[in-house]
Amino acid sequence: MSNSQIPVTQSFDGVVEVLALPAQGMVTLRGDLADERLREAVNDTVGVEVPLVRRADFQDARGVIWMSPDELLLIVGAGQGAAIADRLQTSLAGGHALAVDVSDARVVFELRGRRLREVIAKLAPVDMSPDAFTPGDFRRTRFGQIAAAFWLVDDTCARVICFRSVADYMFGMLCHAADPAAELIVY
Amino acid sequence: MLILTCPCCGVTGEETEFHGGGEAHLTRYGPGSTDEEFQAYLFRRENPKGVHFERWRHVNGCGKWFHAARCTVTLEVFGTYPAQTLRPPEDLLERIREKRPGWRWKDLS
Repeated sequence: MSNSQIPVTQSFDGVVEVLALPAQGMVTLRGDLADERLREAVNDTVGVEVPLVRRADFQDARGVIWMSPDELLLIVGAGQGAAIADRLQTSLAGGHALAVDVSDARVVFELRGRRLREVIAKLAPVDMSPDAFTPGDFRRTRFGQIAAAFWLVDDTCARVICFRSVADYMFGMLCHAADPAAELIVY
Repeated sequence: MLILTCPCCGVTGEETEFHGGGEAHLTRYGPGSTDEEFQAYLFRRENPKGVHFERWRHVNGCGKWFHAARCTVTLEVFGTYPAQTLRPPEDLLERIREKRPGWRWKDLS
């Protein structure tokens, strides 16, 4: 069982609001994403279909994220990671797939505000124009010096994930980029 | 700066999102090979002025390896292609022939 009740509730109010979200359940699933059995198992356990390439699909608080051609990240409720991983592993038994509870591996930050595209563009080498990056799009990249990933919930809300070991660096960097004295208006 | 397109996830990103993995299409020689073959596999590398084939990894991204063909002089990227091949695709070779007539790289031209 993961002890994922670590309260991460830092916040910063700048050009955008930066929030460190409380712990969530996360499960890494590796396998053949075209396999019908795997797709059904994901839909049955999480309630969300396997998304298209570089997309993050959510149904309320539960979501499935496309991480690589053979990897998904499942977002579930806090404390549910281990149980979901077990259920997936059981329903995929006999096939070549692996589900692991990684709830404690990563932290989630939320950016809220109209200028979040500019804030992300300061830190990541990604084209953040509204035509190129739309709500539901997901991108693994780097923020400053660290590996990170993010997706747009809608035009005024984005979520950023990175490894917990670099969470302080990420929070500091996001706050710095959201400093009102350094506001950018591009998009 | 190189702009590479990862054939595994389709992202077109700049160099800092990727990591170079050295020369492409090496033949590995291990136990049972001659000393010359093993020495050549370990140490001898192409160092071309012009067309070059390399392995790259989308390290800050999907994490997959792939191949890239580029020019070491102008940093022009001719194209990228999947890692699961022993030879660059013919349409990429044709494109390079058009842009760099007379190029050679190992047994490719």
